[in-house]
Amino acid sequence: MAIEVIENKCVGCTMCLRSCPFGAIEMVNNVAVINPDKCVQCGACVDSCKFDAIFLRKHEDVVAPIEDFQDVWVFAEQKKGVIQSVVYELLGEGKKLAQKRKQNLCAVLLGDKIKAEAKKLIERGADKVYVLESSLLKEYLDEPYAQALTQLIKKYKPEIVLTGATTIGRSLIPRVAVELKTGLTADCTGLDIDEERGLLLQTRPAFGGNIMATIICPNQRPQMSTVRHKVMKEAEIDKKHKGEIIEIDPASVKLTSRTAFLKSIEDVAETVNIAEADIIVSGGRGVGSAENFKVLEKFAKSIGGAIGASRAAVDSGFMPYSHQVGQTGKTVCPKIYFACGISGQIQHLVGMQSSDIIVAINKDPDAPIFKVATYGIVGDLFEVLPHLTKELQKK
Amino acid sequence: MNIVVCIKQVPDTTNVRINPETNTLIREGVQSIVNPFDMYAIEEALRLRERFQGKVTVITMGPPQAEAALREAISLGADEAILLSDRAFGGSDTLATSYALASGIKKIGQVDVIICGKQAIDGDTAQVGPGISVWLDIPQVTFVKKIEDVEEKKGTKYFRLERMTEEGHEVVEAPLPCLLTVVKEINEPRIPSLKGMMRSKKAEIIKWTAADVDADPKKVGLDGSPTQVVRIFSPTPRQGGQVLTGEAAELAAKLCELLKGAL
Repeated sequence: MAIEVIENKCVGCTMCLRSCPFGAIEMVNNVAVINPDKCVQCGACVDSCKFDAIFLRKHEDVVAPIEDFQDVWVFAEQKKGVIQSVVYELLGEGKKLAQKRKQNLCAVLLGDKIKAEAKKLIERGADKVYVLESSLLKEYLDEPYAQALTQLIKKYKPEIVLTGATTIGRSLIPRVAVELKTGLTADCTGLDIDEERGLLLQTRPAFGGNIMATIICPNQRPQMSTVRHKVMKEAEIDKKHKGEIIEIDPASVKLTSRTAFLKSIEDVAETVNIAEADIIVSGGRGVGSAENFKVLEKFAKSIGGAIGASRAAVDSGFMPYSHQVGQTGKTVCPKIYFACGISGQIQHLVGMQSSDIIVAINKDPDAPIFKVATYGIVGDLFEVLPHLTKELQKK
Repeated sequence: MNIVVCIKQVPDTTNVRINPETNTLIREGVQSIVNPFDMYAIEEALRLRERFQGKVTVITMGPPQAEAALREAISLGADEAILLSDRAFGGSDTLATSYALASGIKKIGQVDVIICGKQAIDGDTAQVGPGISVWLDIPQVTFVKKIEDVEEKKGTKYFRLERMTEEGHEVVEAPLPCLLTVVKEINEPRIPSLKGMMRSKKAEIIKWTAADVDADPKKVGLDGSPTQVVRIFSPTPRQGGQVLTGEAAELAAKLCELLKGAL
């Protein structure tokens, strides 16, 4: 047990009982007792106790010489030589963290014949760009990418490493974090620096978005996070910003891969990737059939939107799974989300409720989707959408 | 083929709430379920066994009540179930959890493939699967949507797999042993048979402690977890806005006006 109550200091004030998010503390004979089955050792009770009667025992020997670690790093994810937009969001957020820590903002660019892209990262605020080119890094593969990043982190010792919570980011970074035996917080939606201790405060949704948790990594470095796409603001382009490009000698880094990339197939139906889209037009069971989705597609095309679907629509075979929004599908946060014929089950809401604007079109005025919609339209989507398409074309 | 499936018992997250007065998680009435993504992992393991023979072992780390999740896996057709349960594992983050599970898998012995759901719906980290593969030093393929085939080249078996990407999918090849994380699209899980349910009631669950799997006490539980939760709070609930009713044409015009500037 790592959280302990010092019995002779406990006065039975019950403050800790109220502070515990997990209901893990009981009063027995006027003394706080921690139930180890419920306790997750979050430490909330330690802070709440005015009598220093509760303490968190830590292992001292895990502490790395953390003063050696400096700078904020951003993993510059690229696909087919194109830097992904989430990287610019990370540079925007990373700059704020770097300024608070009075450190450099750096980017790591891995790929094959990719060097020319480095200046784009500098224009977006990177003070240094580490570039490693190798034919083994041409296509994304978990092992060589993880080996490259791990070796660079060991050599240059950044204090913070940020990566997009993309398919690549979420496959790559857990490997790197375990190699380095450091902490990793997934899918963050908020980052800040604790001014007092200089630690990275990583805030993320848990339990399907019903709860938010702030997480720290106090004793290991680097502090690593994957960050949800489209939550942070992109760094502005500043052509005058100066930065240094550091080319890594490929011979100095050992890369191997046991898995092999054979080919990639782009989903033809998926003209716009929903995780990237600014506008999403989603349909639910109320759309009725795969054929009827064409009404949504036509509308989406007229406003440059992508097509999403609820689980009900996917399970009924109206749309392929790659379009599914929600708990067992994708989490999206576009500027505008049109929910057409979607009732708004909580499993769907957790996947889209951070959208800037939600427009719900549903015949049922009691549909739960109206509780979260910015604009709720009580009506038949097959009547409303064609009118809406026309109205928008007028402009 | 020796197949190991890692599963997790999770609260049915749609019901988890914070009581605003006491700031505690309301757990009463919250059902425990097998993480939905793990159901696809179990199903895929059973299908691999049907194709190539072998054995399906299900493993979980959790409190004693996680046994219920293992029994559910047995009712679906898993051959053997292992519960890693020890006070020492309490408070483990993803680094410590992946170490504990990897230690358990090592004790199982020769394994050809480890299958995990792409992520658990309570934490949504997707980190434990890749973590296990690093501890075991085997290759991983994440977000697998199809196991196309198994080929043998120079005495080594290879999986040919399709994995989901943002744009579509890619085809990759991975030698056995390896670790796969699977997405929903990979299959349609079966429902337990009556015979399976009978068997699951009687089945013996293997229980291992940290010492049983030779886990280094410094690498599990709080001591093995670099991350700490410092604050838990309710997100500001999204407020509903305007609700419009009327004729379709009128509604479209009004909405168009409201969205001006945003579109």
